[in-house]
Amino acid sequence: MKYAKKSLLVVLSGLMCLALIAACGSKSTPTPAAPVAEATEAPKVTEATEAPQGESAISLSGSTTVQPLAEKLAEAFMAANAGVRIDVQGGGSSVGVKAAGEGTSDIGMASRDVKDTEMTEFPNLQVFVIARDGIAIVAHPEVPVGDLTVDQVRDIFSGKTTNWKDVGGEDQSIILVSREEGSGTRAAFEEMVMGKETVIAATAILQPSNGSVRTTVSTTPYSIGYLSFGYLDESVKALSIGGVAPTEPNAADGTYPIVRPLNMLTNGEPTGAVKQFLDFILSEAGQKMVVEDGYIAVK
Amino acid sequence: MSGRMIVDKAVKVVLFASAIISILIVLAIGFFIFRESLDAWAKIGISEMLFKSVWRPGQDQYGILAMIVGSVSVTFGAILMGVPLALGCAIFLAEIAPAGVQSIVRPAVQLLAGIPSVVYGLFGLVILVPMIRKLNVPGNSGFGLLASSIVLAVMILPTIASIAEDAIRAVPENYRQGSLALGATKWQTITKVVLPAGKSGIIAAIILGIGRALGETMAMIMVIGNSVIMPKPLTANPLTFFLSQARTLTGNIAVEINYATGLHANALFATGVVLFALIMIINASARWIITHDQRSSEKAR
Repeated sequence: MKYAKKSLLVVLSGLMCLALIAACGSKSTPTPAAPVAEATEAPKVTEATEAPQGESAISLSGSTTVQPLAEKLAEAFMAANAGVRIDVQGGGSSVGVKAAGEGTSDIGMASRDVKDTEMTEFPNLQVFVIARDGIAIVAHPEVPVGDLTVDQVRDIFSGKTTNWKDVGGEDQSIILVSREEGSGTRAAFEEMVMGKETVIAATAILQPSNGSVRTTVSTTPYSIGYLSFGYLDESVKALSIGGVAPTEPNAADGTYPIVRPLNMLTNGEPTGAVKQFLDFILSEAGQKMVVEDGYIAVK
Repeated sequence: MSGRMIVDKAVKVVLFASAIISILIVLAIGFFIFRESLDAWAKIGISEMLFKSVWRPGQDQYGILAMIVGSVSVTFGAILMGVPLALGCAIFLAEIAPAGVQSIVRPAVQLLAGIPSVVYGLFGLVILVPMIRKLNVPGNSGFGLLASSIVLAVMILPTIASIAEDAIRAVPENYRQGSLALGATKWQTITKVVLPAGKSGIIAAIILGIGRALGETMAMIMVIGNSVIMPKPLTANPLTFFLSQARTLTGNIAVEINYATGLHANALFATGVVLFALIMIINASARWIITHDQRSSEKAR
């Protein structure tokens, strides 16, 4: 019994030893690791070059707002076209623009317009608007104000208007809730509401997702924030802008002013499977899925 | 015979390898964070980053001073509330509590250390923030330094309490007996003899608590508001300083890294370097206090 225990110990420590030596070896000598990495990357490359002959793969990356929609579209497309594989990754709008421009992804996704600086960096970018998404201004449910103009929203978020009484509410300070720097929703809000000159006040509470903005606004009295249409529910009060309610029909016919494009980007004119996929998204079937997901069709 | 020798050798190698690997991991993490941050230091400039408080990556402004002040303020608040509580707990456990009470209180305090950070954050978000919001101060959102300091005070409590308790227990028994024999009361013995004798260990406990507080991320993001502003009093009353929102160094990285590219990402790694350096200084000073005090007390004997 005792002997068995001891020999088990020897075997175990021997195994650990081997594992550790192996771990050490790969760390201290980086040279053998390099060919391994090349070897794993190599098949991908050949797959891509073989694409026209049979199997083809399309990679997408970028905006986390577009990602869920793109995944559904990709599933439907793959079901109809056996032999095409589509990978969809997140990363954010800036990543999407960069990935398309540098060719690391076949298609980049962005939930905002491509900036001028990005256009000069990647002059061959082709922009396909696949859907539109409204951004609603939301307040705590007990805020009596129900309507603001775009100018009033700008003044509130820039910190110029700090009290609800200045826009027809109670004598209470306004608590701003915003998204973090780099978010596509924030970038679109800045572009369409704030303009180039004014910035969102630094005193705003920053929350890292649409969901946490909604929770914060719904639980903080006298707060105001902004949300993608897809995240609206009864826990927050969606304000109308210049008398126009934030609804999909109003956004579709252009009367609601804060609407952003959801973009797919390619470097140069799309060809082959990439073109087929984009054509599918813009087809009647594809646009029907866009509407089902709560976004506004472009056709 | 030879079997025993092999085991002996093997164990030695395994233990040595474990030690080396732990060091390698720390070095590798430090190296990669520093390498990723190099671009930021070079392109933005060290003084521009460390001494400017405007952080607007969209406009290429990368000052992290507001976050440094935010981290320091929230840590200060946590120490202010957490240290008396933790020390009281440690003294009670080491000097006063009978064995039966100890066996209940100690695991309960240590249980605090096992609660995930996000649960503390949730507690802060759902209970503390709405409570603090009831304070009638203009601009008070409930989110801010007060809520995060309270959450953090509870989070560092087990760290400080358990290390301070060990330090108090390490004070030789004859110190206490001598003091009591001279007619001192129990409380006099604790404040005049035991605590001064265990001072270095207690200070080290507090410093390690500070290190823990500086590194806390998730709970802070949930309750501090994350605004990039220099914390300042909301009204003429200086106490409203703690109602101000802020952002911590850790929060800056966690909130923005998802979408960051290029120089913005480098600047976040530079934030990590600053945090790394701060925590290293703090841990090193705790170590220095412990060893320094041991040496001087050895000399005294």
